[in-house]
Amino acid sequence: MLQRERKSIGLRTVQRGGIVAAVAAAAMSIPMAATAEETTITAVMHSSLRVLDPITTTAHITRNHGYMIYDVLIAQDENFEAQPQMADWEVSEDALVYTFTLRDGLLFHDGEPVTAEDVVASLERWGNRDAGGQLIFDVTDSLEASDDDTIVWTLSEPFEPLINTLAKQAAVPPFIMPARIAGTSPDSNIDEHIGSGPFVFVEDEYDPGQSVTYERFEDYEPRDEAASWMAGGKVVNVDRVIWTTMPDSQTAINALNSGEIDYLEQVQVDLLPILEANPDVTVELRDPLGYQTMGRMNFKHPPFDDKRIRQAALMALSQEDILATMMGDPEYYELCGAIFGCGTPYEDESGAESLLAGGDQEGARARLEEAGYDGTPIVLMQPTDVASLVNQPVVAAQALRNAGFEVDMQAMDWQTLVNRRASMDAPGEGGWNIFFTNWQIPEINDPLINVMLNGRGDEGWFGWPEDDDLEQLRADYIAASTEDEQLDVARKLQAYALDEVIYVPLGQYNMPQALRNTIEGMIPSPVPVFWNMEKRD
Amino acid sequence: MFGYIIRRILGVIPVMAIVALVVFLLLRLTPGDPAAILAGDSATAAQLERIRESLGLNDPLHLQFFNWIRQLLQGDLGTSLISNTDVSQMIGRRINPTINLAVMTIIISVLMAVPMGVIAAWRHRSWIDYGVMTFSVLGFSVPVFVIGYIFIQIFAIELRWVPVQGYAHPTQDLMGFFQRAILPSLTLATIYVALIARMTRASMLEVLGEDYIRTARAKGVRENVVLFRHALRNAAVPIMTIIGTGFALLISGVVVTESVFNIPGIGRLTVDAILARDYPVIQAMILLTAGIYVLVNLLIDISYSLIDPRIRY
Repeated sequence: MLQRERKSIGLRTVQRGGIVAAVAAAAMSIPMAATAEETTITAVMHSSLRVLDPITTTAHITRNHGYMIYDVLIAQDENFEAQPQMADWEVSEDALVYTFTLRDGLLFHDGEPVTAEDVVASLERWGNRDAGGQLIFDVTDSLEASDDDTIVWTLSEPFEPLINTLAKQAAVPPFIMPARIAGTSPDSNIDEHIGSGPFVFVEDEYDPGQSVTYERFEDYEPRDEAASWMAGGKVVNVDRVIWTTMPDSQTAINALNSGEIDYLEQVQVDLLPILEANPDVTVELRDPLGYQTMGRMNFKHPPFDDKRIRQAALMALSQEDILATMMGDPEYYELCGAIFGCGTPYEDESGAESLLAGGDQEGARARLEEAGYDGTPIVLMQPTDVASLVNQPVVAAQALRNAGFEVDMQAMDWQTLVNRRASMDAPGEGGWNIFFTNWQIPEINDPLINVMLNGRGDEGWFGWPEDDDLEQLRADYIAASTEDEQLDVARKLQAYALDEVIYVPLGQYNMPQALRNTIEGMIPSPVPVFWNMEKRD
Repeated sequence: MFGYIIRRILGVIPVMAIVALVVFLLLRLTPGDPAAILAGDSATAAQLERIRESLGLNDPLHLQFFNWIRQLLQGDLGTSLISNTDVSQMIGRRINPTINLAVMTIIISVLMAVPMGVIAAWRHRSWIDYGVMTFSVLGFSVPVFVIGYIFIQIFAIELRWVPVQGYAHPTQDLMGFFQRAILPSLTLATIYVALIARMTRASMLEVLGEDYIRTARAKGVRENVVLFRHALRNAAVPIMTIIGTGFALLISGVVVTESVFNIPGIGRLTVDAILARDYPVIQAMILLTAGIYVLVNLLIDISYSLIDPRIRY
């Protein structure tokens, strides 16, 4: 009897435990499901969104989030031209005074109108973080709101690329936010996410690293022009957009095939056949330009502090070998020796002949001998947890060995690599000699945006070339008063960068996207945008 | 018993303090920099330094540790360095799917494994016994993601009985919850069924050879009563241990299964935090996991005395 009672208590305890677990589970909130009549696009993006401040980070996913909820004064179209977005502009004859006039009907998501004060505060915060913005503020006399709709930017000397720098879609675009939010220190993240863009961030449904929800901003007034890259009319045709994260590529493909998601931003090329067999799914290239993969050497330490040894390394490498190993299918990569990327206004492949011709091992060996390379091992960092970066180091290491380099390839996770590449110590004491990374083309397509072309030594990007000639060429670009003059400087930079081996462009590759056929109207653009898009039943 | 529970709960304090110190030091010794994740690829060394300063990562280690402990004592798990979100809120959101998945897995496992183990022991060296043992070896040997993909291919893609992935909250969509949770639960259950069935069989074999079982049978007690009341009850202590430990393992996160079925649980939260070197989240998750293990062990110990009256504390 006693046993039976205890058994009964035990069972009740188990049941109660289950109920407690269920109640505890119920108490936790998850995003509300969309109602049936709403049009919701569920998208799996290339990465999870964890940093919401588009000014403090250069992460692509945060920039893409920025374009969802914020607007920009000026935007870049598909011809790399700057177009009015929130504002029109005029430039004084002496090119020292820029006057911006906000268009009518601009509202923040909290219902407050966008004013010139908000713009000034936003630009000041941006100028503190963005490399191009810092250069503009270096020559800024004043940036003021002359009335609610007018911003006057006065320079001490001409800065020709100012408008293009404001229009750029790369690290980082000058998103406009309310002055009270833009007043946050540029070294801290904002904790309110209110913009004047076409979508509203739904804070309650944000699960960092897992999902983020946007709703159409009903009061957004799009421009009349057709949408083109980040410019033109941002007409929103859906009620909600949910970005979700799926760490497993196969799961994402299965979900798209079964219609559980609508859009997959990046598809691994080796998994494409599964999607291509499904008539309800379209696989396409959205970004007309794709990514540049590149190698960067450390100028501070031997042996790459010697230009001739850097040249030997460049000569040893073959773009075809690296790209074929990375992507497999030639449809998704192209050889390109242009430091500013192919398909851009400054495309020029001078100096990249050996890279494009499969490498020049003989030349590399001869150059190494001429330089008196003493066999110092090269510490080559290989990130093993990033699919798009795992192969370049392996192919490059073998090519360098074939040319006579001693290579110490060290495998590590990406986080360890980004930590280590910031170390200026000698390679044997926790530093490094060479690593590889990738850039979207709009991140490298002009001399101000391209961070590798910074020649300010320790103040510059990892690798730290201290190069006055490089800095002078950038200054020439800023001072160039016509497009032809800018093009001329860009060509000189191409030749100089390849001769000095400021970095090694290793070609371009592209990742296809996939979407259900119910989705229409997605515009081609480096940044995936959800305006203009429609979802049919 | 009450005194025992109080003593055990007090014993948690030094355990958690040691865990806190070890995890804090280990994380600081691991290469990696949350500032680099925050700033992105284009940031310069000078910008990273400014961010480190603003996050307090340049403070002396002992200061960082004491600040964290002070926060903990105030019931504050801190704020994520990366997403600037309250850590307890992040865990609260992610623990719901993990708990539900763990409960469902354990229920399925116990319902399947205990009868399998009992029957295998009862029909020792019969084809049933060999069948259970074969299943058990397979359950241990086949990686969980392979089982997951096979289930998805059969039940979600071919038969279309359930969705491929995702999670639904049971209070908002009960049917959706079961539809989405059944495959990951079955996937995880294959391991636990194997484990529990094996343990049940071994434990039952030992008990079935005891004199009191022979006596019960000699008295004419029905075989199912002999098996499930006399034998299983006496064999239950090691089985409960396995079930409890298994539950704690499930609660502390099953990252592969969560990834394959896209379940936003705490396993993925932990791995993401480790990859991003998000110190407050990692520290909180390891403390939480340690706490769960201590609690589950306590509950297991208490359950012993409920199952076996000879055990007294």
